[in-house]
Amino acid sequence: MTANPIRLTSTEPVKPQAEIVPLTVAKRNPAGPALPKWLTTAISHVIPPLVMLAFLLIFWEIICSSPTASVPPPSRVVSETWELIIHPFYVGQGVDQGLFWHVLASLKRVALGYCLAAIAGIALGALVGQSEWAMRGLDPIFQVLRTVPPLAWLPLSLAAFKDGNPSAIFVIFITAIWPIIINTAVGIRNIPQDYQNVAKVLRLNQFEYFTKIMIPAAAPYIFTGLRIGIGLSWLAIVAAEMLIGGVGIGFFIWDAWNSSRISDIILALIYVGVVGYLLDRLIAFIAKAVTRNTASS
Amino acid sequence: MAKSYLSLEQIDMVFSRGGATTQVLNQVSLNVEKNEFISIIGHSGCGKSTLLNIVAGLTQATRGVVFLEGNVVDKPGPDRAVVFQNHSLLPWLTTYENVKLAVDKVFSSTKSRAERHEWTMRNLELVQMTHAKDKRPSEISGGMKQRVGIARALAMEPKVLLLDEPFGALDALTRAHLQDQVMQIHAELANTVLMITHDVDEAVLLSDRIVMMTNGPLAKIGEILDVPLERPRRRIDLATDATYTRCRSAVMKFLYERHRLVEAA
Repeated sequence: MTANPIRLTSTEPVKPQAEIVPLTVAKRNPAGPALPKWLTTAISHVIPPLVMLAFLLIFWEIICSSPTASVPPPSRVVSETWELIIHPFYVGQGVDQGLFWHVLASLKRVALGYCLAAIAGIALGALVGQSEWAMRGLDPIFQVLRTVPPLAWLPLSLAAFKDGNPSAIFVIFITAIWPIIINTAVGIRNIPQDYQNVAKVLRLNQFEYFTKIMIPAAAPYIFTGLRIGIGLSWLAIVAAEMLIGGVGIGFFIWDAWNSSRISDIILALIYVGVVGYLLDRLIAFIAKAVTRNTASS
Repeated sequence: MAKSYLSLEQIDMVFSRGGATTQVLNQVSLNVEKNEFISIIGHSGCGKSTLLNIVAGLTQATRGVVFLEGNVVDKPGPDRAVVFQNHSLLPWLTTYENVKLAVDKVFSSTKSRAERHEWTMRNLELVQMTHAKDKRPSEISGGMKQRVGIARALAMEPKVLLLDEPFGALDALTRAHLQDQVMQIHAELANTVLMITHDVDEAVLLSDRIVMMTNGPLAKIGEILDVPLERPRRRIDLATDATYTRCRSAVMKFLYERHRLVEAA
């Protein structure tokens, strides 16, 4: 634009012309190459637990360092269980298996018992949530039965099934089902009147109402029940397996205790904790994926 | 005697809770002709929503009958589609799916899959919501939700469209915009509409007749006002229109002089 000379002879009013000078912004000079944002957030979430873990391990190492301590310090746990740590997929005779196989056996039992509990629990919860009479009839029974500790069911189920494995599965089932029933019932009871009115105006039949309104509307509650259920199942399986024997992380712990392998117990506990955590995250993840849109606006 | 298109005959509504009974509606009779736009106006608590629910079939009247085309109304159905005050869209479905749910149910045997899709889109178009067809209710504004609610109701091709304070929860500008849209749709489709409102201007602007309810309990129809304004109506022109002003003041007088809401303690 600066190339245009101002013509003084022109009859038009002269427009002042200005040159546009781009202002150069002084670049900030970061001290080093900036880290990507995701990395910094990851670090800020990973560093604190690692630091705390290190403190706990050091503390544990110190208080258990005397040779007469009844619980081994972390260094001895690692050295004594090194074989187990590096060979999780070891296959041996009978119950002499790698830890992976023990955990897998327990997970199989939990999966079966828990899935049965989820199906039966949601169905029963839907019944209790929908029908006033079912609620009056069944709720007191549920309230009593749900306080029975999981292991108290084991002798009864052993008597009924005459075998360890189905008994353990039944214990999982009976442990996980109560929170699923109760939360499903609450969720269905809390379906907003508006949605019910929509269903009535559209004349949805029972099946359509169940699939299109009831389940999606109650989904957040149902998943709360499912999440509590999976936690309880994992708690119960370890105890149940201690009693029924066979391959499984519970019996592994009991077996280790009987042969005074305290370090093995500690390693198994870490496995149990991590797997339990992962199970909880798994259900939470599914819940989030499924119910991401069901929150009432 | 030839029945009107929609007729409410001596509707009584008594609610009883424990030992106490309250009669909300008392001998409400109303005849609505086809293609008429009727507003029901009254102070809160006068039972106008109850009346709408009775027509919808969501509430059973204690005494009295509602006839639609000569048939007794005793349960809800898509021939009396309701636009609820709080839109009542299902939050887990997109706007398209919300309308489609109604279309699929009502036209399951009479329209093919492609026709149902087309009809859903056509109704979303009618309320100018095609651009947000894949959005969920939580992602759109209150006015948009209400438009989808209207689309869902219209998609059922109801004999009577029931609007329960449809614009009550919206801001003034959005409300005006939606009122214009409803007027346009009514002009285009000639629906029979029964609308609950507590907004005098809205009632006069939209209605052919305004039904004014006395205060509850024992609410009844106090007066019915004809609104002899030419359609199409434009709110700008009406602001200075003599008939509009007369109708408006008639409703105002009814509501604020003769039937002022007396606050019960």
